[in-house]
Amino acid sequence: MIRTDRLAVGIGGHDILRGIDLALPPGRITGLVGESGSGKSMAALAIMGLLPQGMAAEGRVELDGQNLLELPERELCRIRGKRIGMIFQEPMTALNPLMTIGDQVAEVLRIHQGLDRKTAQERARDRLDRVGLAAPRFPLTLYPHELSGGQRQRVAIALAIALRPDLLIADEPTTALDVTTQARILDLLKGLVRDEGMALLLITHDLAVVAGIADHVAVMQRGTIVEEGPTEQVFRQRRHAYTRALFAASTHQPRLVLPPAQPRPLLQVEGAVREYPLPRRGLAAPREILRAVDGVGFRLDAGESVGLVGESGCGKSTLTRAILGLDPLQGGRILLDGQEVRAGRAMAAELRARMQVVFQDPFGSFDPRWRVERLVAEPFHLTGLPRDWREQVAEALYEVGITGDAMRRHIHEFSGGQRQRIAIARALIIKPRLIVLDEAVSALDVRVRAQVLDLLARLRGSHGLAYLFISHDLSVVRQITDRVLVMEKGRIVEAGPTHQVLGQPQHPYTQSLLEATPRIPAAWQAHIPVNGLALSPPAP
Amino acid sequence: MLRYVIRRLISLGLSLLLASALIFSVVELVPGDPASFMLGTGAQPETVAALRQQMGLDLPLPLRYLHWLGGVLAGDLGHSFTYKTPVAGMILDRMQVSLPLALMALALAVLIALPIGMFAAARRGRAGDTGVMAATQVGIALPNFWFAMLLVLLFAVKLRWLPAGGFPGWDHPAAALKSLLLPAVALALPQAAILARVLRSALVETLGQDYIRTARAKGLSAGQALSRHALRNALIPVLTIMGMQFSFLLAGAIIIENVFYLPGLGRLIFQAITQRDLIVVQGAVLVLVAAVILVTFLVDLSYALVDPRLRR
Repeated sequence: MIRTDRLAVGIGGHDILRGIDLALPPGRITGLVGESGSGKSMAALAIMGLLPQGMAAEGRVELDGQNLLELPERELCRIRGKRIGMIFQEPMTALNPLMTIGDQVAEVLRIHQGLDRKTAQERARDRLDRVGLAAPRFPLTLYPHELSGGQRQRVAIALAIALRPDLLIADEPTTALDVTTQARILDLLKGLVRDEGMALLLITHDLAVVAGIADHVAVMQRGTIVEEGPTEQVFRQRRHAYTRALFAASTHQPRLVLPPAQPRPLLQVEGAVREYPLPRRGLAAPREILRAVDGVGFRLDAGESVGLVGESGCGKSTLTRAILGLDPLQGGRILLDGQEVRAGRAMAAELRARMQVVFQDPFGSFDPRWRVERLVAEPFHLTGLPRDWREQVAEALYEVGITGDAMRRHIHEFSGGQRQRIAIARALIIKPRLIVLDEAVSALDVRVRAQVLDLLARLRGSHGLAYLFISHDLSVVRQITDRVLVMEKGRIVEAGPTHQVLGQPQHPYTQSLLEATPRIPAAWQAHIPVNGLALSPPAP
Repeated sequence: MLRYVIRRLISLGLSLLLASALIFSVVELVPGDPASFMLGTGAQPETVAALRQQMGLDLPLPLRYLHWLGGVLAGDLGHSFTYKTPVAGMILDRMQVSLPLALMALALAVLIALPIGMFAAARRGRAGDTGVMAATQVGIALPNFWFAMLLVLLFAVKLRWLPAGGFPGWDHPAAALKSLLLPAVALALPQAAILARVLRSALVETLGQDYIRTARAKGLSAGQALSRHALRNALIPVLTIMGMQFSFLLAGAIIIENVFYLPGLGRLIFQAITQRDLIVVQGAVLVLVAAVILVTFLVDLSYALVDPRLRR
């Protein structure tokens, strides 16, 4: 059994972890939850002995009675991968792109057991079969780029469990995956714990994931465990204020104050078709065409909030690019305020200015060398720079809750939530009618996400904005949209009022999405005092 | 993979054709008539006209190009104005020095750069890295003829291990290799310094990738993760630079060839330019350009060997 005892990590006199006590007995799934920066990943890396340079761990990480923190690097190499395995969040980049999956799994067996390539490959075959990548569909000779994200995560799991370790650490293993893929990966992890009797430390920010899988849960805040115990008990009791705040944020419902309804079409998509040529398979093979968006039609009224949901590859990003006028359509048309949206310079700047976008990655969508005032003022190139642009920038920033000397600073000086607020300010500055929010809150922690959702709800009320909210996260869509469109394989398979579609889904695809979405059992949420108020359970 | 190779081959053929046309027309456009140049200033106009007809200079330009191209493909690069010998033979003679010299220099550069780049990357940000990288900075800054003179002073003058210059020909392979060794080292040092820096920065970037963390979690030591996973992933930029370096070493060794009295391609081109021997210049430039295009083709193929994602 592996346990930590007063595990502490610091860098330059600054504490990152303070006295973490975790027991990880075989056959038990321990959920470690908390927001980004709470230290949960650092705890995992400290157990692995893989802390970044300059960080030192104190206390004990015990395996078979010896303290791993005192072992020399050579000994630790023999333990990593053999006694303790680890998988990470980003399956797309977690595997070496130049090595076959067979060799990558076999490598674990070769370095720890000195097996020859052939024997190691045979064992690798067995382990890949176990994680659901069976021959002949998944030969050992495949390269990572030939697999999907979920399949790559299975390879990463296969190599982490190749030697049947005592402990598997999974750091946000499903955060980058679709809900249905997530459900399958979580099932796989559950099965592995049951069959192989290993301990699983599951690190996640998602309380619903923990509710569905963990036996035991520990809640982390600022480098310490503030509450822990059997999952149901922690979820029902929520003794610590921080735990309660996390729960409140995860089911937060923004309060909407809506202007009078305007049943005037703002965005009309009619029979939209987007096609891509695929690379040829053979020398003389005909060029195949992928129809990513296949005759999509919908209407979004002024002041309305519409969700667009579906799994990766369903065509929602392709459709979004066409709506924004970034890519041309191969069929159908898109109208904004009755005028046709065209890709490239064919679209008038004045029309473009009525539509703005906020993307998922708040850092990647800003030029790191520009000051915030210039970043936020950028959309003015569509309308011409007004004389009082600085005042307008300050006002937009004020509206999103960014004050002080922010205008003169650079984007790296802000947190993720603040960056997303600045991105919203940039979208607001030229007073558009429609804001496209492409996974705009997916990268944010629950509490920050709740604040940003509140902000979006308030701005919608005060500015009469319409939103097209693209997300794979059904719970967020539930919180912020009036209507929802469900997209599968380039087509919209179900559409209607959000509460209706997500409450009584008609299409099997929508049903499978909802079924795969992890949720906290309603019974666990009953009558919990939050700030002295008793909340009734949400409607089923 | 086959598709990739065929696409590269097509691009190779087109590049060669374009380059040959360009080289041909540049020499054609240079003022001065080869016939009158060959016959000297006092020649009769009739004699010049006769020679022009004999050399095919009276034909229209596209026809002359095809005529010339046909000759090139048959291995005929024309005759030198000054030496009256076939240009192809002259270039071939010089290639016997320049090609082995370039290959030796490149091999040495890789042998020196590989351990240095890996060492610096493994110790990135620490004293070893800083020290080695400062040394490579000096290696790039100092001209190679200065290294050449130091090498001659030490190994030829003082220790008398290696000859100070000259080339005995390949009839004596051991002696020929010996005489190429010092110039190869002198050429290799600055290139090794460049290569080491490129390799280090490519490795440092690769070492920050997620799959290196996966490799460490598997139980590989930092060194194993570097040599088994990072090195191959860092090769693409290194191969690109190596291709460029080879092209440079083939023709750019003129100063070193002069320091060591080597009859190489660089000196041939230099002499031909000073003597306005345009046919030789044309032939040598054609051979060099073809070599560069060919090396680029080989580098492209090596990309696909390294990276399976490119094999489409």
